[in-house]
Amino acid sequence: MKLEINGTVQEVDAPADMPLLWALRDVVGLVGTKFGCGMAQCGACTVHLDGKPVRACVTPLSSVGTRKVTTIEGISKDGSHPVQRAWAEADVVQCGYCQSGQIMTAVALLKAKPEPTDADIDSAMAGNICRCGTYVRVREAIHLASRLNRGVK
Amino acid sequence: MTLSRRGFLSGAAAGLVVAFYVPNMAKAVPKQAVPQLPPANAFLRIGPDDSVTVVIAHSEMGQGIWTGLAMLIAEELECDWTKVRSEHAPASPVYANPLMGFQLTGGSTSTISEFERYRTVGATAKDMLIRAAAAKWKVAPAKCKAANGVITSGSNRATYGSLAEAAMKLPPPTKVSLKDPKNWNIIGKPTKRLDTPEKITGKAQYGMDIQFPGLRTAVVMRAPFGGKVAKVDDSAALKIPGVEKVVSTGTGVAVVAKNYWAAKVGRDALVVSWTKPDMIVDSDRLMVEWREKAKTVGTPAHDVGKVEDALGKAKTKFDAMFEVPYLAHAPMEPLNCAVKIDGDKVEIWAGTQAQGLDQMAAARVAGTSPDKVTLHTPFLGGGFGRRATPTSDFVSEAVLIAKLAGVPCKTVWSREDDIRGGYYRPAYVHRVQVAVDDKGMPTAWDHVVVGQSIAAGTPFEGFMVKNGIDGTSIEGLNDSPYLAKLPAHRVSLHSPRTPIPVLWWRSVGNTHTAFVIESVIDDLAHAAKQDPLAYRLALLDKHPRHAAVLKAAAEKAGWGKPPPAGHARGLAVHECFGSIVAEVAEVSVTGNKIKVHQVTAAVDCGTAVNPLGIEAQLQSCIAFGMSAALHGKLTIKNGEVVESNFHDYPVLRIHEMPKVVVHIMPNDSKARMGGIGEPATAPVAPAIANAIFALTKKRLRKLPFDLGGVS
Repeated sequence: MKLEINGTVQEVDAPADMPLLWALRDVVGLVGTKFGCGMAQCGACTVHLDGKPVRACVTPLSSVGTRKVTTIEGISKDGSHPVQRAWAEADVVQCGYCQSGQIMTAVALLKAKPEPTDADIDSAMAGNICRCGTYVRVREAIHLASRLNRGVK
Repeated sequence: MTLSRRGFLSGAAAGLVVAFYVPNMAKAVPKQAVPQLPPANAFLRIGPDDSVTVVIAHSEMGQGIWTGLAMLIAEELECDWTKVRSEHAPASPVYANPLMGFQLTGGSTSTISEFERYRTVGATAKDMLIRAAAAKWKVAPAKCKAANGVITSGSNRATYGSLAEAAMKLPPPTKVSLKDPKNWNIIGKPTKRLDTPEKITGKAQYGMDIQFPGLRTAVVMRAPFGGKVAKVDDSAALKIPGVEKVVSTGTGVAVVAKNYWAAKVGRDALVVSWTKPDMIVDSDRLMVEWREKAKTVGTPAHDVGKVEDALGKAKTKFDAMFEVPYLAHAPMEPLNCAVKIDGDKVEIWAGTQAQGLDQMAAARVAGTSPDKVTLHTPFLGGGFGRRATPTSDFVSEAVLIAKLAGVPCKTVWSREDDIRGGYYRPAYVHRVQVAVDDKGMPTAWDHVVVGQSIAAGTPFEGFMVKNGIDGTSIEGLNDSPYLAKLPAHRVSLHSPRTPIPVLWWRSVGNTHTAFVIESVIDDLAHAAKQDPLAYRLALLDKHPRHAAVLKAAAEKAGWGKPPPAGHARGLAVHECFGSIVAEVAEVSVTGNKIKVHQVTAAVDCGTAVNPLGIEAQLQSCIAFGMSAALHGKLTIKNGEVVESNFHDYPVLRIHEMPKVVVHIMPNDSKARMGGIGEPATAPVAPAIANAIFALTKKRLRKLPFDLGGVS
């Protein structure tokens, strides 16, 4: 079937019931989107469909249709997205495995709420587990990204 | 984990590497009569473009070791920090952990064990670069100055990159001197991580991400603990498109397929029956049995004075039981291991903490010698101890599957496989009896611990179990400063065996000993109607470092000032892995729901190499400890684990994460250096329990906390 992934339409040769996560990783070869739980509990596999965050591990390929898929590889070529810059500035990552999903959820949050409160952040990010417990710096980085987006120091 | 430190220098001293090349299969390092300097070339490459690549002998699993060890080299090398990058070392005896004698990341030892070696490597390389420059300019080395990646002498100037080739041809120095700590300009400076760029762009490669043409994926159905494969019906599995083979490992059945999804669907279609294990565990029943056992004295680990007499005579006696469950580590990256076998050569990609052990285990399984096993370490998506198994469980199994399947194969665990697959923090029961004098101070302490030994039945049993005592079962207890003060104290241990595989889990024995001791001390303080801080300080009068850390945490937390309405504070202090951490938790309770608003932590780790990384590790340990305090519990019924994924084995999420304030005690380079990856995990559960007691007068003696279950 045809999928639009990070701006490019491509033929993906995979069964319709295969979750988008495994099509991205094992068929397309985009491994930045991570497998953590397989049941939409941890958020490591978060990607965007038409800009909205979804858990790719429970999204069958057949349900994607013409919606545009954006993965961590698609938000910037070089880590220059404001959320990524904020992540670097706040020194968020530890093992890093969940961070693609954290960043994708944060990008969507800031689109919906350009100036989120701590409570907004906690509510939007509660589906993304980080076993290293980088949560304090995730909050800091989202506030920082919000300022970067708005050009506020 | 606590391991023998006799291995010091045995793995570090070797002058076997020349030029910019480290053989993957370096032969076992010969014992040196005179310790030599570590081979700089094995740990450092300087490129013609002035790039400085530091080869990291320890696994980066989030703790920041890629940055910390690079800082040590850079401090002495005087290079340009912006040109520094890190990479993982291959498996080789030259990279053995200097405190252990084999290549392993654990026990919070990475920085401590490498503090001399990596600085020495930096100083060695600087010495060689200076001599190369001096020879080029025909001046005395003493007339050359190295700074920021450039050597100068008068009007002469050369970058490290332009000198590296000549420098590496020079004989290494036989002795170097290291900088006086007062001249450090990198060590002690908050430094951002070197692995951020690839980790925020999805480019970082974890074991899970290994892909190459011809690589297949295996998903395994594993036997219940202690069971073996009896009968397999793989007819339905083999009909799944993409499934190629089904192989039996003896303790599991592996479905080998073109991709994970096909392998997983194939695995779900298997019909397997298992042999009956000798013992079928039921964790609730086990706890009942162990509570009875805890009423009897175990194998003594520590027996000072006449404990029974003192307890018999005491007018006031404290007597309580504590209980903690089995816990899975649940690192975010489920376990996996990719293996390619070609004749007698084995190539492995595994996010492992134990390259040395895994290399040997892989050789045994493949029927080859360790020097034929190449082991690559990609990033680890969390470790917490699970990726360092004395039995090399997940690596051995993956090698066997690749061997049986006859194709290169990556064995991938699902989250369910991870939660149900064993290698848990063991469950424990403690019984504590304390004799108390008329001022409310303890005079005798009798402590019985019941729980499985981590080392028993593994290759580590020989050196980790001494006189029937696995030190990890009682660490933090037998060496507690509170007990040392008492004229009579006894610590004894029962180590029952079960088929449940158990393992070290971030901060290991301290996960339960700190909880118990600091809860008991708090109880005693309240019973004596004393302030819990003052009570502890009185007991710690001979331990100035503990006292200072405790006071610092208390002061930063506002101890003694009223907390916000409806909140209360509790504190705890604990030493482990050479560092002392005190934490103050501020909590509120609504119904039976516990909310932790803030944790204020102070740490004394001797020398703080990277304060930014230390702050991150304290935040991380606190989150990890809170997962266990508030949520973590595995239930074993009829030999099988009930929980399976994050919906029924919850871990801490962002909305539960408190504000964290970290205070690092001023550097004391004369003080013994401590580890940082684990110690702050231990005090968080008792700090929360003590805050809950202050608020509700309910004493929680079981983890995870259940306010509905106590009155």
